[in-house]
Amino acid sequence: MQVELKVNGRAARADVAPNTLLVQLLREQLTLTGTHVGCDTSQCGACTVLLDGRAVKSCTVLAAQAQGAEVTTIEGLAQPDGTLHPMQAAFKECHGLQCGFCTPGMVMSAVDLCQHHPKAGESEIRELLEGNLCRCTGYQNIVKAVVQGREAMAARG
Amino acid sequence: MGASDFANLPHIGASVRRKEDYRFLTGAGQYTDDVVLAAQSHAVFVRSPHAHARINAIDIAAAQAAPGVLGVFTGADVAAAGINGLPCGWLITSTDGQPMKEPPHPILAQGKVRYVGDHVAMVVAETLQQARDAAELVNVDYEVLDAVVQVADAVKGPALHDNAPDNHCFKWAIGDKAAVDAAFAGAAHVTRLDLVNNRLVPNAMEPRAAIGSYSRANDEYTLYVSNQNPHVERLLMTAFVMGLPEHKVRVIAPDVGGGFGSKIYLYAEDVCLTWASKKLNRNIKWVADRSEAFLSDAHGRDHVSHAEMAMDANGRFLAMRVHTDANLGAYLSTFASAVPTILYATLLAGQYTTPQVHVEVDAWFTNTAPVDAYRGAGRPEATYLLERLVTRCAWDLGLSQAEIRRRNFITSFPYQTPVALQYDIGDYPACLAQAEQLADAAGFEARKTASAAKGLLRGIGYSSYIEACGIAPSNIAGALGARAGLFECGEVRVHPTGSVTVFTGSHSHGQGHETTFAQVVAARLGLTPDQVDVVHGDTGRVPFGMGTYGSRSISVGGAAIMKALDKIETKAKKIAAHLLEASDADIDFANGEFTVRGTDKKVTFGQVALTAYVPHNYPLDKLEPGLNETAFYDPTNFTFPAGTYICEVEVDPATGSVRVDRFAAVDDFGTIINPMIVEGQVHGGLVQGIGQALIENCVYDRETGQLLTGSFMDYAMPRADDFPEFKLGHVCTPCTHNPLGTKGCGEAGAIGSPPAVINAVLDALKPLGVHDIDMPASPARVWAAIQAARA
Repeated sequence: MQVELKVNGRAARADVAPNTLLVQLLREQLTLTGTHVGCDTSQCGACTVLLDGRAVKSCTVLAAQAQGAEVTTIEGLAQPDGTLHPMQAAFKECHGLQCGFCTPGMVMSAVDLCQHHPKAGESEIRELLEGNLCRCTGYQNIVKAVVQGREAMAARG
Repeated sequence: MGASDFANLPHIGASVRRKEDYRFLTGAGQYTDDVVLAAQSHAVFVRSPHAHARINAIDIAAAQAAPGVLGVFTGADVAAAGINGLPCGWLITSTDGQPMKEPPHPILAQGKVRYVGDHVAMVVAETLQQARDAAELVNVDYEVLDAVVQVADAVKGPALHDNAPDNHCFKWAIGDKAAVDAAFAGAAHVTRLDLVNNRLVPNAMEPRAAIGSYSRANDEYTLYVSNQNPHVERLLMTAFVMGLPEHKVRVIAPDVGGGFGSKIYLYAEDVCLTWASKKLNRNIKWVADRSEAFLSDAHGRDHVSHAEMAMDANGRFLAMRVHTDANLGAYLSTFASAVPTILYATLLAGQYTTPQVHVEVDAWFTNTAPVDAYRGAGRPEATYLLERLVTRCAWDLGLSQAEIRRRNFITSFPYQTPVALQYDIGDYPACLAQAEQLADAAGFEARKTASAAKGLLRGIGYSSYIEACGIAPSNIAGALGARAGLFECGEVRVHPTGSVTVFTGSHSHGQGHETTFAQVVAARLGLTPDQVDVVHGDTGRVPFGMGTYGSRSISVGGAAIMKALDKIETKAKKIAAHLLEASDADIDFANGEFTVRGTDKKVTFGQVALTAYVPHNYPLDKLEPGLNETAFYDPTNFTFPAGTYICEVEVDPATGSVRVDRFAAVDDFGTIINPMIVEGQVHGGLVQGIGQALIENCVYDRETGQLLTGSFMDYAMPRADDFPEFKLGHVCTPCTHNPLGTKGCGEAGAIGSPPAVINAVLDALKPLGVHDIDMPASPARVWAAIQAARA
C-alpha cells in the first residue's frame, strides 16, 4: 500500500506492506536510522518520534497510521545548517547521554514533555520520562538536560 | 612524565564537553543495525524452547524450500566444516589439582540443547521477514529432559555434559584455611550470614547485532559486531574457533550502544555469520530482538554464599571464612570462570586489615544462559557479601556502621592482603568522613523521627568498597590462568600540520574516550582537544588492542597512549634540537613549544611536525622522517579504586515499598581527567547497583528452566522516577604505578551501591525484628519479611 506523509518537513511517499511499522518505514525505507529499536514490547522508548507534534513510540504505530501526518525524527530537530535544537544542546551541555542509543528517543520525548508540561518540577519530569529507558546515565543528567533545554526552548520562544 | 606533572597539565581535570555527542544527538551515530551493506541478507536463529533436551532429528527441508531462503545451517554443518566450539579464556585449577571441566560449547547444538535460547539452527534469507517465516518451518524433534536451574539443585540434577556428570565445573580456594580455623577458634565473637547475589540481565539498550561479510576478491572476512573488544573477538574467532589467519579477518565494532560486560564475549552468532558469509558469498545481518537478548546474552551474578567473620572483643576482624556456589549457566562463556574466582575472592579483604581470609568456591553448570562478567564482574559480589557482613558485625556488637569500618580500615600502604592482591594506595577514612558529611549522617536521627511521624521507617546503610581495576598485569593474570595478555596498545599519529589522530585498542561504548583520550593527548602536546581525533573499534585501523572492560581504558589504554607520547616527545625534541642548532639534552618541551634551556630560542610543535614530514632541513643521517609512534603498555599492578557509599531509604511498612531518599557516593579514582564524564559513569553504575538491590531480578522457573523474566514487561529496569538526585564526592590518592595516576571509574557505582541499599533497608526494618532480606528488596519481599517478623 502507498503511504504519503511529511517527514522532517519534506514530503515522503513509500510503498509498504500493511503490517509495516512506522519505525521500519523510517529506518529501512527512508534511511533515517537515528530512530532506534531497543525492545519488542514498547517499553524502552528508543524509537520515539513526534507524530503531528506528539511523542509516540514508532514501534507501536503502523506506517499506514501515519498517512497524511507530519513526523519529526531526531534528524529533523537541528537547524538546516546543523545548529543543534536547544534540547539537543542541553543534552550535550549537561552530559545527558553516554552510549547514545536511547538518546534520540529521549530527546524527542523531552521536547514533547517541555511543550506539554512547561511547568513540570524535577520529580514530575522523572515521572514523565518513565516511557524511556536509559542504561548508561542513571537519568541524573538527563533530568538536568530537560530542565535546561526547557529554559532554552522558552527563551527561544 | 610523572603522574603529578601530568595532573597539572592544561585540559586535565576539565569537564570538556564530549566530541562524540554531536553525531549521537543528531541521529548520525552508526550502530551495527544502521550499517547497510550491498545485497545484504538476513539471518534468524532457531532457538531451543526447552531448557534441556536431546535433539533426535532436525528437518530443514521445508525451510530450505521457503521463499527467499539462501541457506539453513545446523550443528551437522558446523561439525562437517570442522568449526570448534567457543573457548573459555581463563583456566581455573581445582583444589585437587585438576583443570576445570571444559565441556564443548558448540556454535550450533550438537545433539543436545542445554538452555532455553540455545542455538539450534541459522536460517538466512533475502529479507528478515522471509528468514523469520522460514525459521518457523524448521522442525526439531526434541526429547525433553529434566532441567536444573539453581546451584542448590545442581549436584543431584541431570547431567548437562558428559564430562561433568555431577554438573560441577570446579572447586577453587584461596587463603590459609588452617590459620583461619585457628583464628575462629580463639575469637570473642563470630558473625555469620547467608546471602544470595541475584542473577541479572545486562540489557545494554542496543541489543547485540552483527553483520558477516566475505570478499572472494581477496579472501577476506569482515565482521561488524556490537562488541567491546574487536581484537579479542578476532583472536578468539580466528585462532580458537575457525582456524583462520588473523590477517584475513577484520572486526569492526562501530558505535556500540552500551556493553556492561555483555559484549565482551565471542558469541555463537558472530561465528555463524562469519562462516556463512563465505559459504553463501553474501553479506548477512543479524540483530537480536530484545526477547532474544534476554535469552541469549550472557547474564551476571547468581551466587549463593555463606560468610563468617571472627572478631576480637573490640570488633577488630581476625579472620573471615566464605563459601560460595556460583552458577555458570549451561556453558563456559569467555571469562565465566574468572568472575567467581580471581575477580571475586581476591577482593574479599576489602578495605580492612583482616589478617586471614579463606574463600572456597564451587562452580556449577545449570540449564540457564551462560553467566559471565556484568559491570563489576565478581567485585560487586565480593563487596555485597563483605559489606553486608561488616554491617551485621557492627549491629551484633552494638557499634555504628561507621565505627566498625574505621576500627578495621587499612591505613598504611602498600598493603599486602591475605588473598593475593597488593593495594598500592588509598585513604579509606577520608572517603568515609566525606561520605558522612555529604550524606548529612549527623541529621539522620532527626529525619528518622520525621519519617516515623508519617508512619514510615527510615534506615541508613553504609558500604565501603574496593575494586581491582586496570586489568591487568599479563604475567600475574597468566599465572592465575588467563589465556591472553591484558596489555593495551596505542598509536599516536601526528599529521604534517600538527593535528593528531590517536588509534587505541580501548573501545568506547558510552565512556567518552573520544573526548578523554583527546584531552590527554592535547595536554601533552600543547594542542586543544579539537585538534585530536580518537579512532577505536576497528582491527583494520587500530594496530592491536585488548578492549574495554574492568575499568581498564584510561589506566591501561590511556597509559599506552602516554608511552607513545613519550616516544613522540623524544623524537620531536631531536627534530627541534636540529632546527634550533642545540643539543637534544638542552631542549625543554612545554605548552606546545620547544625551547633551548637558558635562551629565548624556540620552535612550536606545529613547526616540528611539519619538519618531520617535509624534512628538507633535517638530520636524515640520524633520524627517520615522520612523527608516528606506537606503544604497548602492560601494567605492573592492578589499580584500586575505593570509596564509601551511604544510602538512606524510607520504607512504607504497609506496602513494603522502599524509596531511596538520599544517596551519597565518595570515590577515590586517583587522577580525574574529565570530572563530568567520571560523574556520569558513577551515576550509571549507581543506578545499576540500586536496580539490583531493589527491583532487577532474572528468574528461571525452577522446574522447567523457562525464563520467566524475558522482557522489559517482566524484568524491572530502573527508570528515571526510581531515584533521587545523587550526591557525589571525590578523594584523590593518585595510582602509584601508571603514568596518569588514574584508577578507573566505570564499575564503582555498581559495585559499591547494592550493600549500601540493603543495609539501609535492614536498618529501617530492624525495629520490626527483620534481620535479613535478599535482593531485590521488592515491595512483596519487604512486606512478606515484615509479616513474617510479626508472626
